[in-house]
Amino acid sequence: MSAKQKKQAEGLTHEGRFYQADTLHTMHDSMLFIRRFEEKAGQLYGLKKIGGFCHLCNGQEAVPVGVHHASKPEDYMLTGYRDHGHILARGSDPTAVMAELLGRAGGIVKGKGGSMHMFDAARNFAGGNGIVGEQVPIGLGFGFSSWYRQDGRVTLCFFGDGAINQGAVYESFNMAALWKLPVVFVVENNQYAMGTSLGRASAETHLFKRGISFKIPGMQIDGMDVLEVERKMTEAIEHARSGEGPILVEAVTYRYRGHSMSDPATYRTREEVEEWRTGRDPIARLQVRMIEAGLASEESFKQKDKDIKKEVAAIAAAAEAMPEPDAAELYTDIYRDSIEGAYPYPGRVA
Amino acid sequence: MSKITFREALNQAMCEEMQRDENVFLMGEEVAEYNGAYKVSQGMLDKFGPKRVIDTPITELGFAGLGVGAAMAGLRPIIEFMTWNFAMLAMDQIVNAAAKMLYMSGGMYPVPIVFRGAGGAAARVAAQHSQCLENWMANVPGLKLAMPSNPADAKGLLKAAIRDNDPVIFIENEICYGDIADVPDGEYVIPLGKADVKRPGKDVTLISYSRMANYALEAAAELAKQGIDAEVIDLRTIKPLDEATVLASIAKTNHAVMIEEGWRFAGIGAEVSARIMEKGFDDLDAPVARVSGKEVPMPYAANLERMALPSVAEIVEAARVVCNRA
Repeated sequence: MSAKQKKQAEGLTHEGRFYQADTLHTMHDSMLFIRRFEEKAGQLYGLKKIGGFCHLCNGQEAVPVGVHHASKPEDYMLTGYRDHGHILARGSDPTAVMAELLGRAGGIVKGKGGSMHMFDAARNFAGGNGIVGEQVPIGLGFGFSSWYRQDGRVTLCFFGDGAINQGAVYESFNMAALWKLPVVFVVENNQYAMGTSLGRASAETHLFKRGISFKIPGMQIDGMDVLEVERKMTEAIEHARSGEGPILVEAVTYRYRGHSMSDPATYRTREEVEEWRTGRDPIARLQVRMIEAGLASEESFKQKDKDIKKEVAAIAAAAEAMPEPDAAELYTDIYRDSIEGAYPYPGRVA
Repeated sequence: MSKITFREALNQAMCEEMQRDENVFLMGEEVAEYNGAYKVSQGMLDKFGPKRVIDTPITELGFAGLGVGAAMAGLRPIIEFMTWNFAMLAMDQIVNAAAKMLYMSGGMYPVPIVFRGAGGAAARVAAQHSQCLENWMANVPGLKLAMPSNPADAKGLLKAAIRDNDPVIFIENEICYGDIADVPDGEYVIPLGKADVKRPGKDVTLISYSRMANYALEAAAELAKQGIDAEVIDLRTIKPLDEATVLASIAKTNHAVMIEEGWRFAGIGAEVSARIMEKGFDDLDAPVARVSGKEVPMPYAANLERMALPSVAEIVEAARVVCNRA
């Protein structure tokens, strides 16, 4: 066996699926990067360098990373306001994402969107939508475009356990199923819609069943296990791509931080948070598997963590050094086809 | 040139644009098999097939959002609301998504979409089905707003709206659908943002749009009999607003009456009057008069409904007042 063949053979088999070592390292590093990135964002928020609303996804990293590995770059992706992890997993420039949080000219949307409105058209990442559930009909439209053009793309439409009670979601379920649009609806059930626990808001708490009356098949997956997310999402995406119509995936997950930076999360116990953190953490679980398979060691992961923290610190420093947007940006991107002089901007009139 | 109805002119505009660009499609309630609740899309299903003329369930928020997503993906949807009253259910997608997407995405995602349908007061359908909501739309940066008053303008403006790369709100007046007039055949595009002087005059400027522009023309005919020569401006596009045409007219007539069918408070007339005050103050010999719908929910009874709407007599009266001839 050549060195190259040997390297290719390295990996681990989980639930009948073989993962190469390289893939596992990429998944791990990506999750850890998101975790450290979010921690840095939290710090910068504490220092008042990031303003407004800032929703961190610590604990939920396996969902975006697993989904990214299951999907193709040409597939469309949309989510709500907890979007940092998704856009980072998608491969967007982390410095531009951090610069966006800091309201800088070099931000991924030029400092015009902030935490809740991240977009990257080159990576088919369509937001970053701030109104709960708003992205679901929009995602339906992306799915419709693929049906219209028969382009073989799938739309991955993410929303939370709070959004699933919005009417827009069911309107979308109905049309997606009626026209068999290639959409995977993924509800990231992190147990709390802001401060309201699932059981206080939903009559049916098994969220994967919420598509039944639209004949949309549902599956519940462990959203704290990146390999399960990758495996089950591969099936779900295949279902949508094959023309079978939409599918609903409930990824059961947990956010370690409050709903947003201003939320001390007093509606849940310390014990509950600890139970998820220590027992089900997606990064720790993958590390244990990789160590058991002889693909890494505690030492190597410690070193990796140090490297990533350093990288994130450098990214934050680079983003902070960027200038604020030029004043002229205030009036750009309002209309694509501007009609000169037709829009009187504020200020003194002559 | 052919003599056709307002609804046929709209149909022609959509058909021509769908032939021109395969990314254009029409979606809404009853647009396909039923041939349109107001028969605007008559025959389009037969012409273009079910992929491009699509009946939806009654689910305005959902299909408005579908249109936004499809437009972001590069298609050019025409989303029909059976009437604008129902568009209120879709307000989040129109205001929070369509209007703001280009800006929020730092210019990455234009939304080339037309939201169109019947607006204004219909006949005897009471409060929830008779109202003007264009001032809501006009208030939002990112949206454009066109409201034609006659078949030719309807065709030319709708073609421009479909070709526009921004979200365009296109409100048709339900009462006008059957109006017949000459409409140019084939390529006929009226750029958004250009008002039209429908009748030249020297004594007073009557400014209006949509169905009320026709009332203004009737009022001008009556005023002529009384020795007042009125100029009638049809704004055609509320946003962008062609203030240059308005101001040039007032520089000539020194008197202005603004007429709109909707409620006066924070209405289109409030904006137009304010602009005239800001930029044409020295040209005015009298304050701008406003004629509008009464500030009441639309009543059902025929006499009350008549009272709630602006009338030609009210426009004539307002013009006489500003010209100091009352």
